[in-house]
Amino acid sequence: MADPLLVIENVHKKFGELDVLSGVDLIVDRSDVVSIIGSSGSGKTTLLRCINLLEDFHEGRILIDGEPIGYMLKNGKRQRLPKSLIAQHRALTGMVFQTFNLFPHLTALKNVTLGLLKVRNLKKEEATEIARHWLDLVGVLDRQDHYPGQLSGGQQQRVAIARAIAMNPKLMLFDEVTSALDPELVNEVLNVIKDLVSDGMTMLLVTHEMRFAYDVSTKVIFMNEGRIAEQGPPSELFNNPQSTRLAEFIQNSTF
Amino acid sequence: MDYRLDFAVVWRSFDLLLSGLGLGLALAVVSIFIGSFIGLIAAFAMLSKNKLWRGIAVMYVTAIRNTPILVLIFFTFFALPQFGLRLGKIESFVFTLTLYSGAYLTEVFRGGLIALPTGLREAGLAIGLTEWGTKKNLLIPVMIRNVLPALSNNFISLFKDTSLAAAIAVPELTFYARQINVNSFRVIESWTVASLMYVFACYFIAAGLRLLERKLAIP
Amino acid sequence: MDLSLFLHEMWNARGAIWDGFQMTVSISALAIFCGTILGVFVGLALVYAWLPVRLIVRGYVDFIRGTPVFVLVLASYYILSGIGIQLTAFQAGVLAITAFCSTHVGEMIRGALAAIHRGQVEAAMAIGLTFRQTFQYVLMPQALRQILPTWVNAATEMVKASTLLSVIGVAELLLVTQQIISRNFLSLEFYFLAGFIYFVIDFSIERLGRFVEKKVAYS
Repeated sequence: MADPLLVIENVHKKFGELDVLSGVDLIVDRSDVVSIIGSSGSGKTTLLRCINLLEDFHEGRILIDGEPIGYMLKNGKRQRLPKSLIAQHRALTGMVFQTFNLFPHLTALKNVTLGLLKVRNLKKEEATEIARHWLDLVGVLDRQDHYPGQLSGGQQQRVAIARAIAMNPKLMLFDEVTSALDPELVNEVLNVIKDLVSDGMTMLLVTHEMRFAYDVSTKVIFMNEGRIAEQGPPSELFNNPQSTRLAEFIQNSTF
Repeated sequence: MDYRLDFAVVWRSFDLLLSGLGLGLALAVVSIFIGSFIGLIAAFAMLSKNKLWRGIAVMYVTAIRNTPILVLIFFTFFALPQFGLRLGKIESFVFTLTLYSGAYLTEVFRGGLIALPTGLREAGLAIGLTEWGTKKNLLIPVMIRNVLPALSNNFISLFKDTSLAAAIAVPELTFYARQINVNSFRVIESWTVASLMYVFACYFIAAGLRLLERKLAIP
Repeated sequence: MDLSLFLHEMWNARGAIWDGFQMTVSISALAIFCGTILGVFVGLALVYAWLPVRLIVRGYVDFIRGTPVFVLVLASYYILSGIGIQLTAFQAGVLAITAFCSTHVGEMIRGALAAIHRGQVEAAMAIGLTFRQTFQYVLMPQALRQILPTWVNAATEMVKASTLLSVIGVAELLLVTQQIISRNFLSLEFYFLAGFIYFVIDFSIERLGRFVEKKVAYS
């Protein structure tokens, strides 16, 4: 069997005095779809942001394809890598945010091409072609010349997904990507993610959509107080929770 | 009180007045252009974690904003030559006006940067842009568009401040108006025409900038 | 820079500097006081006056605001004496800055009144207040509170504008400074001193403003 794509070893993270992550270990194989569930404040989003290096972490390692990201050991001391390397490591993962965070001054197309041009240094024609391909796949190609302010929430989020995946990341990170959407727009975004799943994309999703997590995940993780409290295949985790916390959580969630 | 209006002298010198207006506009354009770069740098310095940068930027902005511009103009023109920094009238004035606008623009840009959503920076980082790339491609373009109205106001008040160049004999509109006044004693005519030229210039600049704002606005 | 020489010269000039300081404060205080009172009426006229009056006041405001203060000062000084109205340079200068101040305050009042939610008027009418009472007890207190920070800012602008009177020969701080410099050639030191004194005045006004702002803020 091939090496796992993502390895998280004993990651700790503090906000001031508060332990947000207190020793997270996780292995994600290629084409795994891992859903992270848990109540708010359990550290789900922080974990995702650590993998994308938007947050520092204070202990432990995160490896993508066997290479530790974000930090190096220098004379036995742990040091954050220089910014240019951090940027390269970030590009290994694609991140989709709860609040879309599209660039308001750029059209849908240019939102996608920006990274291709400035980070991957592609030629303009090539970047446009890739961007149009992904905009087509997420179903907003006809809106390519619209600005974010002229798009619905669902369309914006689909552009954001195209923007992330166009960078050809090894791993996609979805941070509660449907929480800010009106209920009737949730499905159009979830369907796009489902398409990516069937293409074999490796992904990590923080989500409140339990039905969706149940349907698409190869593995579900329940986080509690900065730790992974339980993990396993969705059927096992949802139907046969080991801890009372998880049982309560599932009971209080809507499917 | 026996004063009869006679605009003939003023009309004869209208070309001069117009050239003065043009020079004033040019002084303002050059100053706000260079001042914008100073303002951007100082704005980022003010928001940086580095105490030294922050301290320098705060001192610069506080000192300039609390000193009358005429004092700054005289200071640059009369006192700096003592240090061997001998500038011509126009260069000296542009130097002052640039530093002056830089300080005001710092505040404008700082406010604009603070008002940006944090997600914008994070989304830039997430697609692998460097901090500098994020600033250049995302933060600055979006911020500039958001603060355009404030930028326009700054430009107009800067344009009006160019009248002060007359105090060091830079031949702009106010200088010529005063010259006509002193030479011909057409006091009402010279000042009315000069004022109206400023008023109309400001009006058209404002209208033009509003058009530009609308064109550049983010939909 | 010879510090003991500077201190010596400063000591010699202390009387003149003190006079100049007092003159600056008098000009500013008078202009701010008269300009604010006039400005309140300008603001009210801009919102409530009969249309022709409103248009005239609007013209006044736009004209004054479109003209550089320096031009206002020069025009006021030359025109009034040119047509035989005998005002001292001090009076002509204060008049110009008062006009300048009144348009600023007028716009502030107009803006503040416009920003007050319509519901406020409706609520006031609903409990049976007359227009006058609504204005006096509901609108004006809110408007005044709201313009306070901008007004303080304008006040510091007036202090800075008072320097312009030096050009028409009013012996305020800047002119006094120039006179001192023409005697001892310590331009750097004395411009610095003048700048510093203006800074202290403006800074004090700003602090005072913040203090008052806290006092009148809704708790």
